[in-house]
Amino acid sequence: MATTYRICPRSGLQFDTAAEKLMRFHAVAGVLALLVGGIMALGVILTRWPAIKLLPADTFYMVLTAHGIDMLIFWIIFFEMAVLIFASSTLLRCRLAMPKLAWVASILMVIGAIMTNVAIFQGESSVMFTSYVPMQAKPHFYLGLILFAVGALLICFIFLGTLVVAKAEKTYEGSIPLVTFGALTACIIAIFTIASGAIILIPTFLWSLGYIREIDSLMYRVVWWGLGHSSQQINVSAHVAIWYAIAAIVFGAKPMSEKVSRTAFFLYILFLQLASAHHLLSDPGLSSEWKIVNTSYFMYFAVLASMIHGMTVPGAIEQAQRLKGYNKGLFEWLRKAPWGNPAFSSMFLSLIGFGFLGGISGVMMGAEQLNMLIHNTIYVPGHFHATVVIGTTLAFMGLTYFLVPVLFKREVLFPGFAKIQPYLFGLAMYVVALVMMGAGTLGVSRRHWDMAFAGAPMAYEWPGAAYLMMGLTGIFSCIAIVGGAGWILQIVLSILFGKKLEEGELRSTPIPLTLPAPTTGSKVHPPATPGTMVLALIFLTAFILYYFVNWKYLSSLWGLS
Amino acid sequence: MSAILPPSERVWWNQPIDKLEFIWIAIAFVWSLTMFGMMIWWHIYGNQNLANETYKTTKEMFAAKAQAVVDQYTVRTETDKQVPVVKPPAGSDIYLIGRLWDWWPIYELEKGKTYKLHLSAMDYMHGFSLQPQNINIQVHPNYDHVVKITPTQAGTYSIVCNEYCGIGHHTMVGRMYVK
Amino acid sequence: MADQEERIPVMQKWLDNPFLLVFLGVAMPTVLYIVWGVMEIANIPVAR
Repeated sequence: MATTYRICPRSGLQFDTAAEKLMRFHAVAGVLALLVGGIMALGVILTRWPAIKLLPADTFYMVLTAHGIDMLIFWIIFFEMAVLIFASSTLLRCRLAMPKLAWVASILMVIGAIMTNVAIFQGESSVMFTSYVPMQAKPHFYLGLILFAVGALLICFIFLGTLVVAKAEKTYEGSIPLVTFGALTACIIAIFTIASGAIILIPTFLWSLGYIREIDSLMYRVVWWGLGHSSQQINVSAHVAIWYAIAAIVFGAKPMSEKVSRTAFFLYILFLQLASAHHLLSDPGLSSEWKIVNTSYFMYFAVLASMIHGMTVPGAIEQAQRLKGYNKGLFEWLRKAPWGNPAFSSMFLSLIGFGFLGGISGVMMGAEQLNMLIHNTIYVPGHFHATVVIGTTLAFMGLTYFLVPVLFKREVLFPGFAKIQPYLFGLAMYVVALVMMGAGTLGVSRRHWDMAFAGAPMAYEWPGAAYLMMGLTGIFSCIAIVGGAGWILQIVLSILFGKKLEEGELRSTPIPLTLPAPTTGSKVHPPATPGTMVLALIFLTAFILYYFVNWKYLSSLWGLS
Repeated sequence: MSAILPPSERVWWNQPIDKLEFIWIAIAFVWSLTMFGMMIWWHIYGNQNLANETYKTTKEMFAAKAQAVVDQYTVRTETDKQVPVVKPPAGSDIYLIGRLWDWWPIYELEKGKTYKLHLSAMDYMHGFSLQPQNINIQVHPNYDHVVKITPTQAGTYSIVCNEYCGIGHHTMVGRMYVK
Repeated sequence: MADQEERIPVMQKWLDNPFLLVFLGVAMPTVLYIVWGVMEIANIPVAR
């Protein structure tokens, strides 16, 4: 099959035109899932906001199930597939392996996503994102997820195949770029994720059809979380790769050390997926040895890796800025950063929010004994809205501002709105994550229709502060939804009606990458990064304080042994 | 070169590491080991460790055991549903059933005494969430989870279900007294 | 440049080998998380 290549005149990137179509397809599919999930978010939040309590209980649980699955699985994995294709074929300047199979896979994913959504909205599969047995959904709920997973797995293999093609056809020299390495990390985690999903969802599907009598609930939780949590670790690897990519695109930043950053990704590959145990710390039957080894990513090696990325990404930006002459004091490099460029501001808000809110809370609740304080409370969604919404979604949104002109060849409409969108969405989400965690610390349950327990014979009265926190969650979630909806509208309108940009040169042979001579890089000593170090130490102080405050809280509870 | 291009050095593994970067890695490493050690330390010196003692059981067997305790030690009943309030002797085995949509029965415990609390579910999974203490434990059907608890403050406590268990989930609230 | 003669260190070779990484990244959680976890559940004693 003839392959054609397009050189983008704006970025200099070279796209295999077949791969480009796939990327656009996945990006659009992802945004549509985000749209459905976002509308559901409105239903969820207007019901959990105690003053409004919009939906009846059955509709609420249905809407919550759809919100979870459309956001955590469909939006994110569709977009990640686009990232995998970009990081392989585009960054390695080679053709995509097996484009026809990639289309089959993509169609499978879409069919799966639609099937599961249909099952949910038919109303008899309100089993939440986690679909814990013995609560049963309709068979096509599980089948849709299985088809989606098979499609995603095929694209992971195509990604690996493309790495082989690029190496064989020598389209690059030496090692793959750091961003591609991060995408490889995401791909590896995705393979484990999907395998775990298959191990548990296929029997569950057969059970829903009546071929299997019973599925053990504890076994289900262990294996299912291999899917449920690891799928969010794909996000971590993918959005860290995107942080590096945006730092490179916006600042021309060079990684502080290839060795350190790649080793950090390597620690992700080895240990990040063990954190699936975070969900099982308050479960019976699993030994403390298993819990401690797994919940701590062996010995917090993946936390170590995240702390490394959290320093090297801003560190690389600081170096690039100081080389440009922004050398005054500790923070001139940061003050003079392009805060009006949505790709940068999204990325930076994503990095800070992921570290301070998502990272610290995640490690706290992942400590074996501390988990009892927050297990199944709304603290948990508070945490993962900091990781998956602020961390992943915001990073993806930032990247999209770059992709619209490069990949869709359109100018972004409403540049004024684009400037403030990351702050509107990101900062509102910061508050949402914080107040949800606050309510969770007071014990408020997640996945709960009515915190006033209407109709319960022995209702419990939450403290007033819990109601305040849930009210604030409502208000700030609505602001975040405005920011998110604005982004969807802006991107969709830009793709449809934005000013068409020049296509760029089409060729039938790829141009191999020519690297500048390495001499300049190695001779000039890169500047030190004291500003980043100060930020890192502030982070560490917050981390240590919060961590030990929670042990203090734990020590005030009833004795348990 | 930048992160979206291959490394400019053919052998990048031997490139020196920036001094501040190295210091940060060392700090992060020490902190990681500290947090790892903290969980083990708490197992030795802390008073709040969730027990792992668990048995496979059946719904019938667990319900029968709970019924036996209720028959022997019930002191009164509460609410329209006549939920038994059970006052077992200190140190005994007590059984709490989670089912659609209540926690059964109500226990009245003595402050400072230790009890072996058995948790199990009769249908779906449930979430044992003791308020306002904020102790949260996952409850499975067909597993008998034995948790030794020692109430340290007197009062009336609620047991909220915090694992989604269907349409009546929000009405599933139980009670526990500590005297 | 002198670089051309320099041998590539073992760790760099490993990190440049995607299939080795795939193997490690799938084997580690499968053994430590899934297999170990499932074995523990399978060994839970039966109540009498």
